[in-house]
This record gives sequence, C-alpha cells and structure tokens, in this order.
Amino acid sequence: MSTVRRRLTEAWGFFQLLLTHRMGVLGLSVFALFAIIALFAPFLHTVDPGKSGVVENILIPPNSQFWLGTDDLARDIWSQVIYGSRISLLIGFLATILTIFVGSLVGLISGFYGGKIEEVLMRITDFFMMLPQLPLMIVLAAVLGPSIWNIVFVVSIVSWPFAARIVRSQVLSLKERAFVEASRCIGASDSFLIFSEIMPNVVPLMFAEAVLIVTEAVYAEAVLSFLGLGDPTTVSWGMMLHFAFESGAMVKAPWWVVPPIVSIVVLILGFTFLGTAVSDVLKPGYKEKRGL
Amino acid sequence: MPLKGFAGFATRKALAAVTTIFAIICLNFLIFRLLPGDPIRMMFRDPRVSAEQLQLMTEKFGLDKPLWGQFLAYLQALFQGDLGISFWQKRAVLEVIADRIPQTLLLVVTALTIAIILGILLGAISGWKSGTRLDTFILTASLSMYSIPAFSLGIILMLIFAFYLSIFPLGGISTPASGFTGLGYWRDVLWHMFLPTISIVFWYIGEYVLLTRSSMLDTLDQDYITTARAKGLKEFAILRNHALRNALLPVVTATGINLAFAVAGIIEVETVFSWPGIGRLVYDAVMKRDYPLLQGTFLVFAVAVVLANLVVDLIYGFIDPRIKVGKAE
Amino acid sequence: MALLEVEHLKIYYFTRQGAVKAVDDISFTLDKDKTLGLIGESGCGKTTMVFALMRFVAPPGRIVAGKIIFEGRDILTISDKEMRRLRGPGIAMVFQSAQNALNPVMTVGKQIVEEILEHESVTKEEAWERARKQLELVGISGDRIKSYPHEFSGGMKQRVMIAIATACNPRLLILDEPVTGLDVIVQRQLLTLLSDLREELHLPIIFITHDLAVVAETCGEVAVMYAGKIVEQASTVSLYKEPAHPYSQALMKSYPSIKGKKGKLRSIPGAPPGLTNPPVGCRFHPRCPYVMDICRQEEPIFKQRDGRLVACHLIK
Repeated sequence: MSTVRRRLTEAWGFFQLLLTHRMGVLGLSVFALFAIIALFAPFLHTVDPGKSGVVENILIPPNSQFWLGTDDLARDIWSQVIYGSRISLLIGFLATILTIFVGSLVGLISGFYGGKIEEVLMRITDFFMMLPQLPLMIVLAAVLGPSIWNIVFVVSIVSWPFAARIVRSQVLSLKERAFVEASRCIGASDSFLIFSEIMPNVVPLMFAEAVLIVTEAVYAEAVLSFLGLGDPTTVSWGMMLHFAFESGAMVKAPWWVVPPIVSIVVLILGFTFLGTAVSDVLKPGYKEKRGL
Repeated sequence: MPLKGFAGFATRKALAAVTTIFAIICLNFLIFRLLPGDPIRMMFRDPRVSAEQLQLMTEKFGLDKPLWGQFLAYLQALFQGDLGISFWQKRAVLEVIADRIPQTLLLVVTALTIAIILGILLGAISGWKSGTRLDTFILTASLSMYSIPAFSLGIILMLIFAFYLSIFPLGGISTPASGFTGLGYWRDVLWHMFLPTISIVFWYIGEYVLLTRSSMLDTLDQDYITTARAKGLKEFAILRNHALRNALLPVVTATGINLAFAVAGIIEVETVFSWPGIGRLVYDAVMKRDYPLLQGTFLVFAVAVVLANLVVDLIYGFIDPRIKVGKAE
Repeated sequence: MALLEVEHLKIYYFTRQGAVKAVDDISFTLDKDKTLGLIGESGCGKTTMVFALMRFVAPPGRIVAGKIIFEGRDILTISDKEMRRLRGPGIAMVFQSAQNALNPVMTVGKQIVEEILEHESVTKEEAWERARKQLELVGISGDRIKSYPHEFSGGMKQRVMIAIATACNPRLLILDEPVTGLDVIVQRQLLTLLSDLREELHLPIIFITHDLAVVAETCGEVAVMYAGKIVEQASTVSLYKEPAHPYSQALMKSYPSIKGKKGKLRSIPGAPPGLTNPPVGCRFHPRCPYVMDICRQEEPIFKQRDGRLVACHLIK
C-alpha cells in the first residue's frame, strides 16, 4: 500500500514539475483539448460524419450549417474532424502500449541477462532500426489489409526497437548501481530485481518514449491512410486527406484539407512539446537549474 | 600500420551490411508469403490478372513447392535480377524501378544536401548561442517543422504556391509536350523540382537542427572547450576547430538512422507532387494493388538505406581519429 | 611590484535559493618567482577562485566585487579582446582531469601549434618546431607530435596539457589539481617534472590541490581556504610546523606524515557548511574545538603573526 502511495506521490510531483516547463504546459493543453473533443464527439458534431448529403451540398465552403464546409460526398467536414480525433488518439494509445510492452520486454531481458541473449536480441533490434520505417509499414499494411488494428500493429513493429534500446541502456546502468548489487547480495530473485528494483527506475524514461510514440502513431495513421492503406469505412484525418487528394478536388476545396492537416500538426506538435518537456524534466539537475 | 584500425573497421562494417541485406531479403520473402493472404490469393484480388499470368507466377516462384524450395527459387530469381512482373505496368519490376531511379536520386540528393547543410549550420548557431532569443526561435521553428508530416507540408505549399499564386507547377517533373531541349529542359525541371525540394528540406531540416544543437550543447560542456579558451583562441576558431568538429561526430552517426527516416519524406512528397520517382511508384503500387512492384520498391529502399549507412559509417571511421588510427597502446 | 594582487574578491552563484558565496572577500598577493599553494576541501571555492583569474566565471556565477590586478592592470576591467590575448602568454592554466581536456579529433601537435600561431607572429614551420620542443620539454618524444590524444596514457595527456600551458611562455601558471586521479607513480613523475620546469622557466605558479603532500613538495607559500575564504596564509614550512588556524591544525591532523612522529589520524568532525547561508561569525565555528562566544557573532579579520596571516579570534 505504501509503495503505491509513494509512486502516486512521485507521479504527482513529476506532473507538477512538468507544469513548470513551458512546452510541458503547451503539450498537456493540446492533449487535454483533443481528449475532450474525442470524448465528447457525439455532443460536438453537427451532422453524422459518415453520412452522405444531398447533391446540392457537395463541396460547399464553410457556412453556418456546415462549419467547415463539406466534401465531395456532401459530408460535413467539422463532424469528420471531430470523429477523426478519436481514431488518432485510439491508435496513438494502443500503439504506444503495444510498443512499450514489446520494447521494454526486449530491453529488460537483454539488459538484465546479457550474454548471448542480449547479442541476438540487439542484432534483431538494430536490424529493425535500420529498415526504412514507412516502406515497411506500407508493405505490412498492404499485405495485412486495411484496418485500425493493423495500423496499430504496424506502428509497433517499427517503433519497438527504439524503446528497447532506451530501456536496455537504462537497465545496464542500473544493474551496476549499489542498490541492485545489494539486493542481489541478499539473495533476491531475478524477477524481484527486475520488477521491484529496475522497473520502477525505467518507467520515467519509458514515459518520455511513450509520448513520442504517440506522435509516430498519429503520423502513421495519417500517412498510411493518405497513401490509400486506411480503412475506407472509418472516418479519420488521414482518410479525409486521401479522399481529397484522390478526388482531385483538393485544390478547389482547401477547407477539405486544411482542417485535418491542422489537427494532425497540432496534435503531433503538442505531443512533441510534451516529449521535449518530459525528457528535459527527467534530466538530472533540472530542478537545480530552475532553482526549484 | 596506421590503416590497420580503419581497414578492420571497414571490413567489419561491410560484412555487417551484407548480413543485413540478406536479412532484408529474407524478411521481404517472409512478409509476402507467411502473413495472411498468400500471394495467389492476393493476386486474385486484382481482377486484371489472367489465369495464365497466375500460372506463370505460381511456376516462377515455385508456389507449389514447400516454403524452403520457394525461398531458394526466390533467391535464385533475385540473383538474376528478376524481381517479378508488375501487374500494372506488365513489365519486369526491376525495369520499372530502374526507370525511376534517376528522378528520385535527383530530388533526394538535392533536398537532403540542402537540408543537412542548413540544418547543421542552424543547429550549430542555436547551440552556440543557446539561451538567446535566436536560439529559442530556431528551436521552436525546428520542432514545429519536424512535427509536420512531409505530405501535409507538400499539400500546403502546393495549395499556396502552385494553385493560388501559380508560381510553380502543380506536379510532375517537366511540362508535358513543351518541346524544351537542353538548358531549357533543365530549367523546366528545376522549376518543377522547387516545391518538392522545399517540402523535403523544410520537413527534414528540423531533425538536423535538433541533433546538431544538442550535440553542440554537449560538446560545449567538454573540458577541451575550456582548454581552447584558456589558450586565448578567438571565439570563431573555438567554434570551428574545437566545438563543431566534435559536435559533428554524433551527427554523422545519426545520419545512418536518419536516412531510413528520409525515405518516408521521399514517398510522401513524390506522391503529392506526382514526381515520377520510386516514391510515387510505391503509391501507385499500393493503389493498383501491384504486390510484386511493392515488394520490389521495399527491397530497393531497404538495400539503398543499408548501403548509404555503410558509406556513412566509413566516412565516420575516416573523420574520427579514434577509429582511423586505432589505439596505439 | 607584486605580479598578482587579488583584492576583496567576491564571486557569487545566483540561484533561486539565493546567492552561493563561493568566493567571499578573498585577498592575496603573489610575487614574481613565487609558488603559491591553495588548499582546502572540495567545494571550498578553490576552483572558482582560479577560474576568476582567467575570467572564466560564467552565469549563474558572477564576480560581484573586488579586483584582480595582474602586472598592474585590473583584468576584470580590460576588454574581452585584451583578456583573450592575456590567456596563454599571460596567464596559462592546466585543468583537472586531463582525460577530457584535450580535443580528441586534433593531433596534440596541432593543439600546441594553434596556440603559438594565435599569439605570436611566427611561421607555421617555426610553430611546429616549437611544438616539438614543447613535447620534448615535458618528456614526450617529438615524434609523437602527430599523435591523437587517445593514443596517450593519462599521465602523458597531462604532460601534453603542461606543454600546451607553457607553450607561449606564460608569466603566471595556474595548476588546478594537476595530478588528481592519476596513479601514484605517475603523480610523482609529474611533480618532478613540474618542479624542474619551475626551476628552468622561473615560472610563478598557483597550485590548487586538496593534497597536503603535493603542496609541501612544490610550494613556497600556502593559502588555506575554508568555505569561500582564506583562513590562513603562511610559508609552507611554518604552516607545517605550526599551523595557527584551528582549521589548518585539523587539516594537518587528518593527513598522514611519513616523516616525524606517528600520530593518530583524525577526521574533522562535521561537514563543510553550505555556501548559501554560511554560519554567522567565523565560518569554521560549528566545527571548531576552541569555539568562543565571539566566534559565533563576529567575523575574524586577518592578523599578522610571525610573518603569516591568520583569520581567527584566538590570535591576539
């Protein structure tokens, strides 16, 4: 119980520290904004986002009824953007969880056990790091077929090596520290060492990495959908751009492409700021530098 | 034996590259065989594939054989330069890709050179002047650029400069049926190249600014910078001979990983501007569900990245005396 | 005329918790041809002190008061350009941890040559020839002039540092813990080299260390620093024979002596004070065995006694 409380206190302290960083505040605000939009999408949209409208409403510019105008099937852009935030955040979080899980597992095992296991795992990690991410994602998405779950899977495939590397180097440095040595001397088991001594110290770094994986995932959804590998039945920012680009109506109807682009950029920028803030805050000496 | 350290290093790196390329070939094979949807089924999805073509494919790839036999057949074909037939173009995949290589190289080499040089310069200035307004501006601008996906950047630039202002063409590599020759043709190409290049440069520059800046900050904290100051050297000499030269080492190392990342920008920007390169080919292959072509482009990109990495590693080995000279003691 | 006069120097680091008084009202003088040792525990402000002599104090640190008069000029008021010209031929410095003090991607020869070319109008060939001589002066073969720092051992790197520092015949040499972190035999060789160089070049030296043995061997005069202040300045011989300040006494007792009587080693009880809010009165009073009421209220001033300066209320 007391450990849980201690961790919660630490997390709260970390959060407060984040609020002292300008980029942290910006990033958290962006995240909060999109989270609210995604949660309350059913109350915020004005027209069913997937529903085609009547012919007279095709490609009309923003007006009082269609706040951001309509697309070539007379669907409301505003409602699509609102619902698109759900897809982006959903993919972002699922991909992050999967990536962090796989990455930490590989990083922990290779860092902790070392030797042959480490060598093999790190070879695989390096191999995946060297592959061009987008072509790999495209090929996998093309073979697996269009679905949100496949995008989640594909993002994780290209992102886990980075998480694994970070976790491994952290584990390597922790392993040498006195407290781990001490636990080992009094006969602690490997699993105890990993989960009670090493994991808690790896979590903050994983958090910094996780924030960046969200940006990767949002980007991946957008670009894969844009390139025609998205699920045509879901409403997402990438799909909006894909339809706009494919129909050739993009140049005639900037209101069709600008809202999804702005959403993608703001969300990615927000998380990038947040990631920068998190890694700044985690740097030793941050408090001292800020005089806190 | 001053070259011993470097020769050993180069041999190790070359061997690693060969191993990686082999692993890529295996992966490429596996993705298209093992994942749900075997090649035959995938090809059936395309109504334009005739039964005859299917039969040809089945035989060529030995799809009736066990997996091991298929792999050997695949390897054999690969070594003969046979990457299969593109359904869409009805030509050998290798030929289709080879036609696109010069255009992609032209765009990539130009854009990345500009981006890397400018990025390093801005990053070095930002790190050297860290904490100033100029630094904050460069940092914020870079983070923002870096966060905008290349294709969105391309779309926005295209809307503004090609559609509304009509300064640049909407896409392609040259004006169709213009009859330009010689210098006129190249001027036309440059004019078409402008927006795609700018899109890649804007998108890619941030990576280098951030990288160089943080490397610069690390370097400036080093004791040898204080030593250089204590020698009474001019600030610019310290910047150029001591700070920058050391700060560039990690930047060169990171260039390897960044090249894999750059491929994304190429695919996105070529797609937006209909630039007839391999990137656009990827998009077309996806849209036409042309799997052999897609497989071919993946192989080409992956192998190109590995080879470019090898070159980067060798350059690194050459500029870092700790590798070039090796340990004497 | 004294070569160097430091007058009431105060250097504070401004943090949000308040000003850290790393150097608080320090004065001393150094004559030509003399060697001054500066000793004290880590964190007592020694390094900040000598960094100020090179004008290397950077924010959040700031020199808030005082003068540093070198050859008659206050180096705190001269222009950046003049200061830059002074570094090298005027005041040169060898830093702690030579491991990272040399540029890893430049040959050691070039690192000496660039300094010579910066300050003197000689040809490149002459500069390289001088660099070779410098290396030989510190006991490294001239053939290694094209070697990179990673090809040298720790002790040899420190020799290269000394070669760099003395390349432009400085008029004052500062050595900041030059042998710390090296193994004992290498320390010995380096100390021998330094004394030889001092004899040969007639170099005034400021030697910073926390190692009493090193001071005893190399310096004619010693200043003992405690918590940002000099508490005692005396000739090395008299300080060793009869330390006057309680802190100096404690310091002597905490260090083993090879010659003389065997005594019990004693550590100084307590810890050095934080420099944000140093103790009122004498800064050593919380740890001082002879503490009196006045020590808690009034800061002791320097008093002359038998040719030494001591800041302690015990001295009448």
